[in-house]
Amino acid sequence: MSVNPLAFETIRTYPYASRAERAEEQVHQDSAAQTTVLGFWIYLMSDCILFAALFATFSVLGREFAGGPTGRDLFSLPYVLVETLCLLVSSFTYGMAMLGLNTFKRGDVLKWLAVTFLLGLCFIGLEVKEFVRLVGEGAGPDRSAFLSSFFALVGTHGLHVTGGLIWMAVMAVQVGLKGLKASVSVSLLCLSLFWHFLDIVWIGVFTVVYLMGSL
Amino acid sequence: MILDPKGPIGQDELSIIVYATFLMLIVVVPVIFLTFLFAWNYRASNPGANYTPNWEHSNKVAAFVVLAPCTIVLLLGITAWKSSHKLDPYRPLASNHEPVEVDVVALDWKWLFIYPKLGIAAVNEIAFPTDVPVTFNISSASVMNSFFIPQLGGQIYAMGGMQTKLSLIASQAGSYDGISAQYSGAGFSGMKFKALAMNQQGFENWIAKARLSPARLDRLRYTALSKPSQDHPVEYFSSADPQLFQEILQEIRGEPARAAHLHGQ
Amino acid sequence: MFGKLTLAAIHFDQPIIMGAFGFMIIVALSVLGLLTYFRRWKWLWTEWLTSVDHKKIGVMYIILALVMLLRGFSDAIMMRTQLAIASGGSHGYLPPEHYDQIFSAHGTIMIFFMAMPLVIGLMNIIVPLQIGARDVAFPFLNSLSFWLTVAGFGLINISLGIGDFARTGWLAYPPLSELQYSPDEGVDYWIWSVQISGIGTTLTAINFITTILKNRCPGMTLMRMPIFTWTSLCSSILIAVSFPILTVTLALLALDRYFGMHFFTNGFGGNQMMYVNLIWAWGHPEVYILVLPAFGIFSEIAATFSKKRLFGYPLMVASTLAITVLSFLVWLHHFFTMGAGADVNAFFGIMTMIIAIPTGVKVFNWLFTMYRGRVRFSTPMLWTIGFMVTFVIGGMTGVLLAVPPADFVLHNSLFLVAHFHNTIIGAVVFGCLAALTYWFPKVFGFRLNETLGKCAFWCWFVGFYLAFMPLYAVGLMGMTRRLNHYDNAAWHPYMIVAVIGAGVILCGIVFQILQLAVSIAQRKRTRDLAGDPWDGRTLEWSIPSPPPFYNFAEIPVVHTRDAFWAMKQEGIVPSRVPQTYIYMPCNTSIGVIIGGFSLVLGFALVWHIWWLAAVGAAGILASAIAYAFDENRDFYITPDQAPLLEELHSVTATAR
Repeated sequence: MSVNPLAFETIRTYPYASRAERAEEQVHQDSAAQTTVLGFWIYLMSDCILFAALFATFSVLGREFAGGPTGRDLFSLPYVLVETLCLLVSSFTYGMAMLGLNTFKRGDVLKWLAVTFLLGLCFIGLEVKEFVRLVGEGAGPDRSAFLSSFFALVGTHGLHVTGGLIWMAVMAVQVGLKGLKASVSVSLLCLSLFWHFLDIVWIGVFTVVYLMGSL
Repeated sequence: MILDPKGPIGQDELSIIVYATFLMLIVVVPVIFLTFLFAWNYRASNPGANYTPNWEHSNKVAAFVVLAPCTIVLLLGITAWKSSHKLDPYRPLASNHEPVEVDVVALDWKWLFIYPKLGIAAVNEIAFPTDVPVTFNISSASVMNSFFIPQLGGQIYAMGGMQTKLSLIASQAGSYDGISAQYSGAGFSGMKFKALAMNQQGFENWIAKARLSPARLDRLRYTALSKPSQDHPVEYFSSADPQLFQEILQEIRGEPARAAHLHGQ
Repeated sequence: MFGKLTLAAIHFDQPIIMGAFGFMIIVALSVLGLLTYFRRWKWLWTEWLTSVDHKKIGVMYIILALVMLLRGFSDAIMMRTQLAIASGGSHGYLPPEHYDQIFSAHGTIMIFFMAMPLVIGLMNIIVPLQIGARDVAFPFLNSLSFWLTVAGFGLINISLGIGDFARTGWLAYPPLSELQYSPDEGVDYWIWSVQISGIGTTLTAINFITTILKNRCPGMTLMRMPIFTWTSLCSSILIAVSFPILTVTLALLALDRYFGMHFFTNGFGGNQMMYVNLIWAWGHPEVYILVLPAFGIFSEIAATFSKKRLFGYPLMVASTLAITVLSFLVWLHHFFTMGAGADVNAFFGIMTMIIAIPTGVKVFNWLFTMYRGRVRFSTPMLWTIGFMVTFVIGGMTGVLLAVPPADFVLHNSLFLVAHFHNTIIGAVVFGCLAALTYWFPKVFGFRLNETLGKCAFWCWFVGFYLAFMPLYAVGLMGMTRRLNHYDNAAWHPYMIVAVIGAGVILCGIVFQILQLAVSIAQRKRTRDLAGDPWDGRTLEWSIPSPPPFYNFAEIPVVHTRDAFWAMKQEGIVPSRVPQTYIYMPCNTSIGVIIGGFSLVLGFALVWHIWWLAAVGAAGILASAIAYAFDENRDFYITPDQAPLLEELHSVTATAR
C-alpha cells in the first residue's frame, strides 16, 4: 500500500478533527509557543552581548578624537531628547498593541502597530538626518576612532530598529490577513520583547554616548 | 636556545619552566601510567579483576581528584604571581651600572636601533657591554611585531603609535640571535638581527665603528629606510636624532603637526 | 560591473594552486555528474537539501567537515614539507606569498570549517536522541544554520582559485589585516566566510539550548541527562555568549576596510590592542566550545566500554559548568607579551591554571570509570585511551605557558604550536573520530570495519607524536612560528621527523577512507539489527538503526540516569509501534535559498560588486519574509498511519 506524503495535514486544516484531536493540537501549540519565546529570549541575550562588545569598544575608543571634533562639539542634546521620546513613546504604544492582542481586538492591534511604526520611523529619520549632518561637517566615521565607534554603536542600534520596523510591517500584514491566531500572537510577543529590548539599549546609548560624551 | 640562557633574566625564565614542568609531571606521569595500568588490568578478557559496575561515587576519591590539582595550581599560582612581578619587562634592573638605552623601531622587515644618548643608530645589529642592563623602548612604524632575543630573555610586542619597554642583561659575551616573534608579512622570516654582548672596550670599538659610517640617519634616510625591504643587511649610522623615536610614534598615530617635521616640511 | 574582479584574479601561472583548484572542480563536477547519471537530483533535494531532520543535517555537517579536513590537512602537509626542505639557505618550494596564505587557510579551515562543523554535526545527530525528543526545538533554524555554514564553506573554497586568501594568520591581527598592509581581497574572504558561518553557529546554539531545556522526555531531569548532552548544553551556552563578540569584531574590521574607519588602524586613534582583546575574548571560549563536547563523547565511551557507570557524574557536571564560566576569565593569556603589566598578567595566569582543575578532575573521573570495569578495546575505546595520555601532556604544557614569564620566552614559538595541536588533536579530533566510529552504526545501520579502524587509530596516534613532539623541542630552541625558511641547521632534523609524522597521519586518513569504503561494501554482513551494537547505556541505543524519521515510536519516560541501561536491567523493551500523534516539521527550501543568497552576498562583498551584494541582501530579506508567510510548517501522523511508515522507512512532507 502506498502512502501519499501530502495526505498529512495539520489539524487546523483537517476538517474532520475531533474535539480530542483539537485539544491535542492546543497542547502542542501552547508548548511550541513557550519554546519559541524561550528561544527568542536566548537570542536577545546574545544580542545583548553584541551590544556589550560595541559599548566596550566605545568606552576604549570614545576619547580618541585624533585632533578632530569631540562629542561636545557635535551633539545636540535637545535633538537626542526628541529621538529618545519617539522611541520611548513607541514602546508604550506597542504595549497598547499587546493589550489589544490580549483582549482579542484585531482593530486595536493594527491601530497601535501603525502608531508604533510611525514613531519608530521618526526615530530612524532623525538618526539618519543626524548622521548625514555629521558626515557633511567632516565628522564622518572615518575621521577618528571616537567617531568610528560612535557610528558603529548608534548605527547598529539603528539597524536593529530598522529590522524591527520591517518585522512590524510584516506583522501588520499578517494580522490583517490571518487575524490573531496562535502563530501570529507568538510573533507579536517576540517583536514586543525585541522592541522593548532596543529601548533599553537606547537608554544605555544616550547615557554613555550622548550625555557622558557631552560633558 | 631558551635552554641555554646567557643572562639572568633568561636564566630565571628557564628555571620557572623547569620547576613548573617537574611539578606537573608529579601528576602527569602517574596519570599516564594509571591509564595504561587500569585499561590493561581491568580489560574484559581478564576475569580475575574486580568488577563493580555500579560503583560511581566515593568521597575519598572525589576529595583527592579535586585537591590534587588544586595543590599543584596553588604552588604554581604563587610562582606565577611572584615571577610575573620579578620578571616584568617594564621593571628596571638593579645594577651599579648606568643602563644603556636603545630605541627599537620595527620596520618592514628589519629592525632599526637608535642609541639616543650616543646619537648613533644601526639596522639589524645592536651591541652592549656584558653585565650592564640594557633598556629597550620599543615601537613599530608598521604592523605588530615582537622584539625577542631568546638567549637573553622574554619578548614584548612592538606596536605602532605605542611604546613598550623591556630590560635585558647579558652575563656572557657572545653574538645572540634576535628575531621578531609576531608574524608581520612577506619578509617576516628574514627579519632577524644580532645582539652582540661584549666587554666595555669592545663596546667602545663598536660605537667608534658606527661613528665612522658615512651614512647619517636624517629624515630623508629614514623615509627611504621605512620602505619595505627583505633580508636587509646590517647598516650603521654615524648620527641619529635622539628625538627620532618619539617623532616616529607621533607620525604613526597620525598627529599631523609633529609628523610634518619628520619628513622635513 | 564586476567590482575588483578580473580574470587576473585566477593565478594561471601558479601550478600548485591551479592543480589544487582544478582537482576541487573535477571532484565537484564528478559528484554533479554522478547525481545526473543516477537521476538522483530529486532525491537529493527532497531527502537531504531541504530536510529539517536533525539527523540528516548532522550527517551533512559531518560530510562538510571531513571534506575540509582533507583540505586543511593538505595545507599541513605542504607546510611540513616546506619546512623540511627550507633549511640553511634553501627557500623551499613555496614562495612566501603562497606559504603565508597556506598557514592562514590551514588554521581558519581547521577551526571554523572542520572542527566546528564536526562537533555541531555530532551534537545535531545525537542530542535529540539522547533526550528522547523527535527533533530540535527549531528545525527550520537548524537547516538555516547549516546552509549559512555552507555559504562560508563555499566562499573559502572559491578563494583557493579566484583571488588570494588572507596572509595574516587565522585571526588576522590588525594593522596587518587593515587595508594599508593587506590591500587585496584575501582578508575580505576571511572576514565574510567566517562571519556568515559564525551567524549560523550562533543560531545553532540558541536552538540547542532551547532544545535541551524544553524538549527532554518526561522524567529526564537535568541531572539524569547523558553527559554528552550536558557538555553540548554548556558548549552551546559558550557559543551564544562568545560568538556575538566575534560578529562585532569582524564587523568592525570590515568597517575599517570598507569605509576607512579607525577601530584598529595605526593612526587616528585606532587601537590594535582592542582587536586582540576582543578576538581572544571570543577565541578562548571557542576552544572550550570544541573541547567540551569531546569530553562528553569520551565520558559516554568510557562508561559504555568499561561496562560501568561513569564515575562521579555530579562532579563531571560541576566541572563542565565551572569550565564554562571560567573560560570567560582567561583570555589575556593569549597575549601576555603585549605589555599589560605584572598584576594583570599574573591574574590571568592564575585564572588559567584554575581552569586546569576541573579539567584534571575529569581526567581522574575517566580513570576511575575504567577502574574495576570490564574494558573492551574496541576502536572507540582505543581513541579514548589515546586521548587520555595525549591530552594530559597538552594540558601540562598549557599550564606551563600560563606562567607569564615562561610565556615570555615561549609565546608564538613552535612550542605554543605544539601545545595547541596537542590539545585540539588529542581531545577534539580524537574525540570526533571516536564518536564517528561509536555512533556510525546508529546513523547508518551497519558497523564500520574494526580492523581498519584500529589501524587508522594507531597511525594517527603514532603520527601525532612524531609530528608534534619535535615542535616542542624546536620551540625551546628558539624557533618561532609562521617562518617559511630558517638558517639554524640544528632545527632541520626535527623538521624532518615532523614531516614523517605528518606522513604517518596521512596513512591514518587513508585507512579511514578505506574503512569507509570496505564497510559500505560489506554493509549487508555487518547490519546492526537490534540498534544496540555496543550494549549502550543511553536512549539513542533504544531505537532502531537507522532511526525512523520520528526517532521514537513512544516518547520514553525515564526514572534514572543511563536510562536505557536501566530499561535493559528491568527487562523493558521499548515499543516500536507509535500509539499517539506524532508532530513533525515539514521540509523547507528557504534554508538553502537563504544560504545561496548569503554566498552571493559574501562573494559580492569580497570583490566590491555592489549591485550583486544588493541582490544577495534583498534575496535574503525576501526569503525571510516569504518564510514568515509559510503556512506549511508542520504535519502530524496518526497512530494508524505510522506502521505504514515503518515499512516505507522514510517519508518527507515537502513545503515549497
